[in-house]
Amino acid sequence: MGLSARNQGSLKSWAMLSPLVIVMVVFLILPIAMIVTVSFWQATEWSIIPAFVFENYAFLFGSPVTYKVFVNTFKYALITWACTLLIGFSVAYFLAFHVRSMRWQITLFLLCTIPFWTSNIIRMISWIPFLGRNGIANSVLMSWGVIDAPLDWLLFSDFAVILAFVHLYTLFMVVPIFNTMMRIEPSLIEAARDGGANGLQILWHVIIPLTKPGIMIGTIFVLTLVMGDFITVRFMSGSQSANVGRLISNDIALLQYPSAAATAVVLLGTVLLMISILLRFVDIRKEL
Amino acid sequence: MEPRSRSFYLLAAFFGLFLLFLYGPTLTIAILSFQGPTGGLTFPMNGVSLHWFYDLFQEQAVGDIWGSFRRSFLLGLMVMITTVVVSVMGGLAFRNRFPGSTVLFYLIITSLVIPSILISLGVGLLFSQSGLDVHWATSGFGAQLTWTLPFGLLIMFAVFNRFDRSYEEAARDLGASPWQVLRHVVIPIIGPSLIGVALFGFTLSYDEFARTLLTAGSYNTLPLEIFGMTTNVTTPVLYALGTLTTLFSLIMISAFLLVFWLSARKQAAQGSDAGKGNL
Repeated sequence: MGLSARNQGSLKSWAMLSPLVIVMVVFLILPIAMIVTVSFWQATEWSIIPAFVFENYAFLFGSPVTYKVFVNTFKYALITWACTLLIGFSVAYFLAFHVRSMRWQITLFLLCTIPFWTSNIIRMISWIPFLGRNGIANSVLMSWGVIDAPLDWLLFSDFAVILAFVHLYTLFMVVPIFNTMMRIEPSLIEAARDGGANGLQILWHVIIPLTKPGIMIGTIFVLTLVMGDFITVRFMSGSQSANVGRLISNDIALLQYPSAAATAVVLLGTVLLMISILLRFVDIRKEL
Repeated sequence: MEPRSRSFYLLAAFFGLFLLFLYGPTLTIAILSFQGPTGGLTFPMNGVSLHWFYDLFQEQAVGDIWGSFRRSFLLGLMVMITTVVVSVMGGLAFRNRFPGSTVLFYLIITSLVIPSILISLGVGLLFSQSGLDVHWATSGFGAQLTWTLPFGLLIMFAVFNRFDRSYEEAARDLGASPWQVLRHVVIPIIGPSLIGVALFGFTLSYDEFARTLLTAGSYNTLPLEIFGMTTNVTTPVLYALGTLTTLFSLIMISAFLLVFWLSARKQAAQGSDAGKGNL
């Protein structure tokens, strides 16, 4: 007796997906399982010992630093989200509804996306000459007489961290929002205009509701990138601020893997919870 | 055509500022990398020279830049090829619903949204606890795939959502084998998108930092090398390196876009109007 056609079909699908499944198992599922396991291990100063103890979590939740750092992480995420959404929406809106020729739309869209394919580290470094004590921003402000002494908080501060986040991640808002805006039927906007709606009403009652899936996808990208970041915060704050990612990377640098793993588990739980809530508002498979 | 409204000019100005914001800093370090030998990390320029580029070519001055560049380039190619092949196979398989497809789909989304440091830490721990050495071409390679594959797959899902299957049926009716259908019908139609997937695969790998941090082993990739430099190099040689690697990225991106444009044009010129509807 042979396999039914349906079973044969799904067998073929799984065969074609086997390379993907191998990568996902070895480099995603097993590493997460490993982190969860190690989060229950014990650590001495020089080694880690397999065990099943809750001391890493007890220490994590018992320390006031943890709460401060989590609050700081949410603060970065929220401010960055608001900035990238405002900028990203305006940019996408301009591209989708004000640029009339397809050729210009594609050209300007590509100009927005090219930095995404270049190095984040270099893009962070490139803020030094602009924000430094003797940097362009301070010299310009001083020559205009806006300030008398150079501002110290431009570089190596929370301001610099958020500026860098917005700089790095606004494209993640622009692309999905532009994508959904391009799919809005022009006739819907015409109908609204014929019905007597003004520009703002069209924006608020037609375009924004129809752009929601794109906004949601952009939100997922920006929130997860900021929540999981450790390098931007370290570099742009001059090691003066902390977020959860830095807490993990500091533990790693001290070879305190069980403690790093416990923090990582909590971070992963937080991120996945946020994503699962956001996914209730958008069906990604339908939006592709 | 109706005249441009005031909001057009406002938004156009905003868009211009956004582009300045995106590219301004990079252009600034490009200019500053031509500092004279006594110049510092900020303006003013103390003369104009190639001093800092020249410094880059003296191995001992800045560490193993060229070795790390070679590794990053090779790794980029490995990740690119794997991403294209695995994404196409995945995209084809996902056209039909099969048991477990939803679980696998959300696994791909998880791979995309999981904080990079978890991959780095997890893969690092997994390898060290299994007694394997971390190396950029094994653990580093796999860790980067968890970031490039979701992008490649999502692009392929989008492509196949818009794919007209009647072309395949026509080929099959004419007696083409499954392999022939793939080789002569499917691949040529999705060709331009594959170049897009390749672009993502290569550039995301070439610039990847967080996922390679604990998985590259003793031989650094270029982003790791550059990050190491930020803590101990305080001369414009950092800008010179930044400028060169950004230039390299831009050349690669242009090459990909050019090939994409050429293949899309060729397709438009050669393709018949079958399936387009009107007579």
